[in-house]
Amino acid sequence: MANTVNLTINGMSVQAEEGMTVLQAAQKAGVYIPTLCYHPDLSIEGVCRICVVEIKGQRLLCPSCAYPVAEGMDINTHSPKVREARRTIIELLLANHPDECLTCSNNQKCELQRLAKELGVQQVRFEGARRDVPIDTSNPSVIRNMDKCILCKRCVRVCHEMQSVGAIFANKRGWDTVIAPPFNKELSEMVCVFCGQCINRCPTGALKGNDPAAEVWEALSDPDKHVVVQTAPAVRAAIGEEFGMPAGSLVTGKMVAALKMMGFDKVFDTDFTADLTILEEGNELLHRLKTGGTLPIITSCSPGWINFIEHFYPEQLPHLSTCKSPQQMFGALAKTYYAEKMGIDPSKIVVVSIMPCTAKKYESERPEMRSSGYQDVDYVLTTREAAGMMKEAGIDLPNLEDGKFDLPLGMSTGAAVIFGNTGGVMEAALRTVYEVVTGKTLENVEIKAVRGMEGVREAEIDLDGTKVKAAVAHGLANARKILDLIKEGKADYAFVEVMCCPGGCIGGGGQPHPTSEEIRKKRAEAIYAEDSGMALRKSHENPAVLTLYKEFLGEPLSHKSHELLHTKYTAKTKKKAKA
Amino acid sequence: MPLYRSHILVCTGTTCVLKGCTAVQSALIAEIKRRGLENEVKVVETGCLGISEKGPVMIVYPEGVTYCQLKVSDIPEIVEEHLLKGRTVSRLVYTGPVTGEVKPAHPGRQKEQRIVLKNIGIIDPTSIEEYIAYGGYEVLGKALTQMTPEQVVAEVKTSQLRGRGGAAFPTGIKWELTAQAKGDNKSVICNADEGEPGNFKDRLILEGDPHCVVEAMIIAGYAVGAKTGYLYIRGEYHQSVAHTEKAIADAKAMGLLGKDIFGSGFDYDIKVFKGAGAYVCGEETALIESLEGRRGESMVKPPFPPTQGLWGQPTVINNVETLANIPHIILNGGEWYAGIGTEKSKGTKIFSPCGDVFYPGVYEVPFGITMREVIYELAGGTKSGKPFKAVLVGGPSGACVGAESMDKTFAYEDLAPGAGALIVMDEDKCIVDTVNNCLKFFVHESCGQCIPCREGTKRMYEMTKSWTEGQGEEADLALMQALTSNLALTSRCGLGQVAGTAFATSYKLFPDEYLSHVVGAECPTGKCTMTNGGGKNNG
Amino acid sequence: MLETTQCPNCKKTDVADIRDCVRQFGRDQGNLIPILHAVQKKYGYLTADATEEIADWLGIHASEVYGTATFYTLFSTKPLGKYVVRLCDSPPCHIEGSLSIQKAIEEDLGVGNGETTEDGLFTLEVVSCFGLCGVAPAIMVNDEVHGNLTPEMIPAILSKYRKEGN
Repeated sequence: MANTVNLTINGMSVQAEEGMTVLQAAQKAGVYIPTLCYHPDLSIEGVCRICVVEIKGQRLLCPSCAYPVAEGMDINTHSPKVREARRTIIELLLANHPDECLTCSNNQKCELQRLAKELGVQQVRFEGARRDVPIDTSNPSVIRNMDKCILCKRCVRVCHEMQSVGAIFANKRGWDTVIAPPFNKELSEMVCVFCGQCINRCPTGALKGNDPAAEVWEALSDPDKHVVVQTAPAVRAAIGEEFGMPAGSLVTGKMVAALKMMGFDKVFDTDFTADLTILEEGNELLHRLKTGGTLPIITSCSPGWINFIEHFYPEQLPHLSTCKSPQQMFGALAKTYYAEKMGIDPSKIVVVSIMPCTAKKYESERPEMRSSGYQDVDYVLTTREAAGMMKEAGIDLPNLEDGKFDLPLGMSTGAAVIFGNTGGVMEAALRTVYEVVTGKTLENVEIKAVRGMEGVREAEIDLDGTKVKAAVAHGLANARKILDLIKEGKADYAFVEVMCCPGGCIGGGGQPHPTSEEIRKKRAEAIYAEDSGMALRKSHENPAVLTLYKEFLGEPLSHKSHELLHTKYTAKTKKKAKA
Repeated sequence: MPLYRSHILVCTGTTCVLKGCTAVQSALIAEIKRRGLENEVKVVETGCLGISEKGPVMIVYPEGVTYCQLKVSDIPEIVEEHLLKGRTVSRLVYTGPVTGEVKPAHPGRQKEQRIVLKNIGIIDPTSIEEYIAYGGYEVLGKALTQMTPEQVVAEVKTSQLRGRGGAAFPTGIKWELTAQAKGDNKSVICNADEGEPGNFKDRLILEGDPHCVVEAMIIAGYAVGAKTGYLYIRGEYHQSVAHTEKAIADAKAMGLLGKDIFGSGFDYDIKVFKGAGAYVCGEETALIESLEGRRGESMVKPPFPPTQGLWGQPTVINNVETLANIPHIILNGGEWYAGIGTEKSKGTKIFSPCGDVFYPGVYEVPFGITMREVIYELAGGTKSGKPFKAVLVGGPSGACVGAESMDKTFAYEDLAPGAGALIVMDEDKCIVDTVNNCLKFFVHESCGQCIPCREGTKRMYEMTKSWTEGQGEEADLALMQALTSNLALTSRCGLGQVAGTAFATSYKLFPDEYLSHVVGAECPTGKCTMTNGGGKNNG
Repeated sequence: MLETTQCPNCKKTDVADIRDCVRQFGRDQGNLIPILHAVQKKYGYLTADATEEIADWLGIHASEVYGTATFYTLFSTKPLGKYVVRLCDSPPCHIEGSLSIQKAIEEDLGVGNGETTEDGLFTLEVVSCFGLCGVAPAIMVNDEVHGNLTPEMIPAILSKYRKEGN
């Protein structure tokens, strides 16, 4: 136990633990201090100076996020001096910020905007030059408008600390400082994996997803098009937040109803192909175990993760499962199996995805993802963007009656929905693999060992005598740890699940703001609740999937499966900073 | 050492090289050889002699005759007349500036008390033998063999030496904190990232007496229990780098650095680290970031370097001048040092008057000297002979002080000297233009990580710029004051905290001059070109 | 894969060359600034290939190498002239007339601050104080310093370099 420290905050006697910052002590005492560059997921930067407080005996105002508490400290968090300082800082930021709040993608969610209101900024007394940097629209995932950047470096920190990708950094100095890839290159030319975690950390509208809403609306209003939508598991556990619902609100039925109201011809579920993934990937694992194939096998559903391994560990690509992600399996089937079954010309089918993810946008445009003869998935909307469209359509999501997914591509099991959580693919796979290998019924389907928020988790599963070691990692810095172990020959895992984003897809780069581990845990709980409420909880029990095999694919790993559901990876020479 | 009948010191300080001293030196050596005098006369390169404005300069010993403004064509005459015939070449003897009245050489230098600069211009800075011949490294021997580290720290504490880089933190306390902090890889850093405009004293020390700094760094390392010393020299100081690198190599060769120095069991090494053009790296935590291979952005404090500095280990960081005092303090005792100066400001301070002064240069004087003495006696008053207007004490980071403070004394308890820069302006100079230029400096040098400094210095620069163009608004003055106080209170490091000081202090002194610019669109000195149509200097 | 780099003075260099230049230093990040100095000195500016090579050697991201290099004014990420004319415009030089020196240089060279002459001979950089305040106003041309300048002195100084450089 850390020693207790006695403080005074705004005249109140408060106790804190030694080693805490003033900000933490204030939060513990229920005293709100505004912050801007601070983010609970990241290291302390201490540069915005918004969280400054007055500490008795100190000549300067102190940044509470970085200042350690000490016995007897007398702190004023909102003295006139402090309030004036914060206001001036916001004014300085606004003086170098585009006046386009009303049309900004982050309008009403912007932390800068909120602080301006909260701190009583009613005018901007300063004026002068403004930053003028070209907008980077080079890629389908992330749009960077550095004119709106306030240089809090949250994006840099998340990119380096949590993801260990390091695509961007602070370049130049002083007033000319700009966050960018080296040599002023565009993101598409760099090692960016398009995970969008930077967007989730950005307090302003400087970073946003590349939003295809206009194209989707156009498709929806085109009577010639048959527009189907698939929704990823993590979306249902988060989209409610966009409508003011608390984190962890599970709105599967409402979401389906909303999508139907928007005019989608069919509302399907990516969970369907998540179940399918388990059958393909589980059989791939068993095949590799039997035939001495490359082990461990590593999951391949997370496109940011695929980009990462292609860039940084190309020599380990043979470890990847050849399965496409559920999104892409869905797209391929929608324009083949579904088109055939329904007698619709696949060229008229428009597949829209709603994903918690920005890398899915990039994935959908990969040249490998045209197995149907068309681009398998036409448009990818993030959770945020889908909510934006719903609002535009006047949909009051929280108050909708539940709708139901359409069949057959809307049928799913609990094993599929947990794909949204870190460890979920592993758990789903083990539920199936256990029963396939042992021929026994798995009574307790909840495999707690692979659940949780630890960055790297290991588990050993007893497949009726055969012990299989498995590992789970989320966040690319954690993935790197496992890859390094494999590289050094120190990993004896048979099966590894990697998710690009913290917490898995529920913490994806397309999910609602804000994010924190606390929020991600609530979303994860919602996902597990969905699973435990379902009648079917094992992928191989999904009747629609079984029908699919019977009617169309034959069996797992069949020739047709390989054509439509599996893919190849390309070692990418790390894209360089070409001058 | 062979005996020479004459020594000729040729100043090869950076500011003299530009006067052509290299060619003069080569001509001298060639001429001496041609006359067969190479075994009788030794030519010694030395650091700045303090009269570089008259360069190329040389002094012939033992007579101590100073020749100045030399040309290659003067050399045969000097060799013929002075060295062979013993007759002074009077037309080349240094007598003071050629412009204006003739002043005696170094008129104010009698006021100097050289401790730190004792060897400057006397010894060949590239010769460890000469440094040793002048008593160098004796003190190191004394410290390492006769004193415990605690005793060394105690001596420095007794001296009441304070940091000479501007912040004036008591050096002994800094050493004590570092010595007491736990860590197995402590460091000593000599901060030679001299970048404050108007300061060029550290350059002089490093160019003219590098061993003094090396010796001090070894003593500091011994005192705090460090293994490595880093000499962080700004990248533009080529000669400082060259001389210190040579000094370190020579000291290593003599066993004064490396393993088991003086048989004391103390192992220590020093590395020269070249900065790369960032004023902010003079801020100690930014300097550490730079040493560690990162952008020179200051760190969050606390923790402070004495407990957590380079590589997260206890680190002592001292300015060049601070360290250069150390050998003298250990040699003569802290009490001796504390006997120099004023009650609260002990020892000497180096000043570097520049701008509109007659004798810009580097002067070492005891604390307690008046500003009048420094500006009028040492620096010879204004170059133009016109009335003095103001001085930026310590450079753009310091206060703007006017004639009313002329009899204040330089001391921490009276007029704090900063790092010693004195940028003097005569009455022809425009305060607003100068302050705008100070802000241009801060905009250029702000690291940009914290909002108040990054955005605030830019707005302050723009506002003052508009004043020099006759585009100001009366409300601007209040905005400037608001920004000055905001930056002072909230900036992450000293750079932003003091960026508004020159404005705030000069506005108090010259409110009418500001109002004239801001409201009247007129520059009283005529320096600013007004574009607002209103000013008398319009067009 | 690294690509061939051409040095600004048209001396062909190759990957191995850059690699040798970088690998004479240790592998901890504390070597970054010294490596950047070495690369700058050898090639005149920091190339993309060198950035990658340094990043690989030190085990840091290329973005950090570039971001760090661009923080410091002595490092360049584009080719500079054979002679870099650095003019101080900090207060001591400013009050002694550095702007008139700047004007004289700009007129002589036909380029402004941060620009390089078409013949690749000169780059003009207006910089902060380099400690020649005793002889203000002052400039540095590469490592050589010139002080106590008047605008009239500029053509002669620059023509000296022009002769040397051609």
